[in-house]
Amino acid sequence: MLPAFVVTGLVKQFGRFAALRGVNAEFAPNRLYAILGDNGAGKTTLLRALAGLTPPTRGSISMLGTSDLRSVCSQLGYMAHPSLLYDEMSGMENLRYFARLYEMSDRGQNNEDRCAEVIRAVKLDPMLTRPVGQYSQGMRQRMSLARALLNDPKILLLDEPFSNVDLRSAREMVSLLKGLRDAGKTIFVVTHQASLLEGAADEFIWMEAGQIVSRTPNLTARTETQ
Amino acid sequence: MSRVASLTRATLAKDLRLEWRSKDAINSMLFFSLLVVVIFSFSFDPTAEESRRIAGGLVWVAFLFAAVVALNQTWSREMRNQVLDAYRISPAPPNALFLAKVIGNFIFVTVLQALMTPLFIVFYNLRALGPAYQLPIVAALGTWALVVNGTFFAAMSLRTRSREIMLPLLLFPISIPALLAMVEATGAILTGEFSARFWIVLLAAYDVVFTIASLFLFGLVLQAE
Repeated sequence: MLPAFVVTGLVKQFGRFAALRGVNAEFAPNRLYAILGDNGAGKTTLLRALAGLTPPTRGSISMLGTSDLRSVCSQLGYMAHPSLLYDEMSGMENLRYFARLYEMSDRGQNNEDRCAEVIRAVKLDPMLTRPVGQYSQGMRQRMSLARALLNDPKILLLDEPFSNVDLRSAREMVSLLKGLRDAGKTIFVVTHQASLLEGAADEFIWMEAGQIVSRTPNLTARTETQ
Repeated sequence: MSRVASLTRATLAKDLRLEWRSKDAINSMLFFSLLVVVIFSFSFDPTAEESRRIAGGLVWVAFLFAAVVALNQTWSREMRNQVLDAYRISPAPPNALFLAKVIGNFIFVTVLQALMTPLFIVFYNLRALGPAYQLPIVAALGTWALVVNGTFFAAMSLRTRSREIMLPLLLFPISIPALLAMVEATGAILTGEFSARFWIVLLAAYDVVFTIASLFLFGLVLQAE
């Protein structure tokens, strides 16, 4: 099976500041990865680079065996810290528009059904007509996850999915992610709430100063090595 | 091609819906143009003859400045919540987004023109002495020239720190040939002193060149950091 990502000598500089300093890694498919580290460690930059949103200064990224990330972008779901949703439209209206971008109806999928399905999957009501701007932070976060799941991607990149979400909802999200991993998806979760993923993540990736400093099968393994 | 057309329609429908709900662009444009009409009419109080000579410049400068408001709104809506990133990682072609934005802005500015033209006629006592049927052609070509460049440069200045200032700085110099053609053509039609044909052809050529160039380059602008 092709690796989800192969990252070679990845450097990303913003002016003089190097957010990523030569990241080398291979990520096997069908796994749930937790990316951890302090603020400024380079987690979000790495995720954006994997999504093809931040072009590397040096180095290369290949996704599902190709370095032309654009050609496989329909296999990718991305959830950022901001919601990536239009505040003036309802959740369903937002998803209907994004479904058009992925031309899902051309792939034999019914847009309406799929939109409703992913909204229900994140425990929201597809009939909710309120604009997203009037949602609570937690609801917005879940709708953002629904948008990332919409195109049924093979790879999911999630940046801080549990922030501003209550504990019960966060646990529900983790259980949803476990289910998706078991269904064959590769999931990357950037988080500061690592304990939520203990027992769920297959690997914990620790970042410091723009580099991956260790990869451990659980949280305690890292503590033991320190 | 049908894919671009279908996604252009979807994005345009979304933009029109957002504008219908917020009315951000149209309200600011209307208010701005109204101010220009009223202030200039009180400041100069021109005769009908003088009006015909200066109206071309006045009308187009008002629409140009008003259009800048709409152009900034178009992209700032995409930057809120970083929605543009969702488009960037989708397989949708960049040109569909660009065309939808251009057509959307064209509609907004045309609505503004439709609302403001009667006021210009009343306040400046305007009556065309030349072939009036050419006025809508000049309006359509001129508006397209403004919005195609404006949409492109607004996207370019999107990530700059002071984009409200950057847009006019980039847009106005490159729009000078089009603006000159619009003003001269409008003046020619209103006064009836000379033919507007040359200026209309110039405007059409300008539109074709800049539309093609913008479509070619927009992909780079969209994927730029």
